[in-house]
Amino acid sequence: MTDPAAYDADTSIVVDHVSKDFTLRYHRTAKQMAVAMVKGRDISDTFSALDDVSFTVKQGESIGLMGLNGSGKSTLLKLINGVMKPDSGTVLTRGRIAGLIATGAGFHPQLTGRENVYLNAAILGMTEPETQRKFDSIVEFADIGRFLETPVGNYSSGMFARLGFAVAIHVDSDIFLADEVLAVGDRPFKRKCMEKMQEIRESGRTLVYVSHAAGSVRKMCDRVIVLEKGRVGFDGPVDEGIRYVKYDEDSTKPEDQEDDELGSDV
Amino acid sequence: MTEAGRHRVVDAPLAPPAPTAGLLDVLGRRYLLKLLVRREISARYQGSFLGFIWSYINPLSQLFIFWFVFGYIIGRGTVDKYAVHVFCGLIVVHFFTETFNAGTRSIVRNKALVRKMAMPKEMFPVASMLVSLYHVGPQLVILTVVCLFCGWTPDPLGMLAFALALAIIAVLGTALALMFSAANVFFRDFASAVTILTNFVRFGVPMIYPYTLVDQRFGRFAELYLFNPIADAVLLVQRAFWVGSTDDPDATIAEHIPDDLFVYGVGALVGSVVLLGIAQLVFTRLENKIPERLS
Repeated sequence: MTDPAAYDADTSIVVDHVSKDFTLRYHRTAKQMAVAMVKGRDISDTFSALDDVSFTVKQGESIGLMGLNGSGKSTLLKLINGVMKPDSGTVLTRGRIAGLIATGAGFHPQLTGRENVYLNAAILGMTEPETQRKFDSIVEFADIGRFLETPVGNYSSGMFARLGFAVAIHVDSDIFLADEVLAVGDRPFKRKCMEKMQEIRESGRTLVYVSHAAGSVRKMCDRVIVLEKGRVGFDGPVDEGIRYVKYDEDSTKPEDQEDDELGSDV
Repeated sequence: MTEAGRHRVVDAPLAPPAPTAGLLDVLGRRYLLKLLVRREISARYQGSFLGFIWSYINPLSQLFIFWFVFGYIIGRGTVDKYAVHVFCGLIVVHFFTETFNAGTRSIVRNKALVRKMAMPKEMFPVASMLVSLYHVGPQLVILTVVCLFCGWTPDPLGMLAFALALAIIAVLGTALALMFSAANVFFRDFASAVTILTNFVRFGVPMIYPYTLVDQRFGRFAELYLFNPIADAVLLVQRAFWVGSTDDPDATIAEHIPDDLFVYGVGALVGSVVLLGIAQLVFTRLENKIPERLS
């Protein structure tokens, strides 16, 4: 067990020797399992999503989390925001956490946008008066118009992401997690998100930003952590990190520059 | 931006981000619990023309069926004010089966939230219990009206019995819902098994038949019957409402209510609380794997 007192007062996130395995199950029903056993096949297998990952983040730092698909970025974010617990090792955080995981918020498809805003805000720790006070501002940012009273299950993926992002940025959080927020959404919205995240960064909140876009990471982050098959492959300065993942190669043409900064996938 | 301009002091301890206190966390987040309960209640009557009236129609129709089939067609082995006798049982059985069934499905049904938001997952079974408790209201109104009609007057000991019965079912239902909601994530078979289990509940309590019959058939083993907390709760509600509605309450108590009912009742509550503690332990062990299994 890691002792929280062993860290400085300005430590925001501690990830200490964290591992997380997932069980892959090939066969789900009794019939399938019986057949697999007779044929001598594996019924399940484990997959190591994170393997002995360690790092600490200071309050106000802005981390770019990079790596290929399946390298464990989203799992790491889920551990940091507390959706999952590590199998071994310790995750510690200081203060309130908000943000998005895997592009979408935890919205209930049958509830309307309005109901989801209240529910989501309550889960993130906002009180009723606080939500009421910020409600108009949230709706304005999400810009979903009259769809506010429609179940979110009917939303387009862009609208879904906009509303989720809008709620998350309005929480008074100390740590903000942004997982490929810019992967969906059109250009004006992406620009708005980038501005908002710069604000978050300048207000001294810790930012963990997952992106495949080298330009936006360079603009947004002070440090890059690269995950490779569940392990930390690189942890250090931004430019070196980007070079490490070799995302830099094809963003040299000037006309690609803005797309890159706005987080288009490479 | 200079480093100084970005300085922010967070006055909070370094702590694990995942909620760890289980049911205690749920108690601490009553506003969120209120939202979940309210949502569940409104979802139930969404798109329905008669809306909340269904909460009255459903128990009334059941009351009528039992009264007609058992009291009128079969017409044997029944007791004075048989309809009230049955309805006391129905309230308890409904409260329990609703909590158990809906609670078992609650986490899977809310997977959109569970997969992405950090919150105490105990929230969902507890909310299911509260929604079921809310639906006791209309049934209680019907029962009270019928009882007053039969000349019933409330007595303090009866009301205490009713409160004890609700407490037993609330705690027992939450405990079972908690355990099975987590198990249901791993194998959806649990939800089907629970439906079958709850079918037995109706016949394992003195609702359709009076407790006297159990006493006659099983003799000294009738005591074992009273180890069923749901049966105790039914008898307690009958003590609260049915006894006072009969023509001669004192004779009814002497004949149909077990002597140590309150002892069994308190015992049932204590047993349910212990089970809730065990359920929390089981839940905490299973909880870790819940988000990944919900895909």
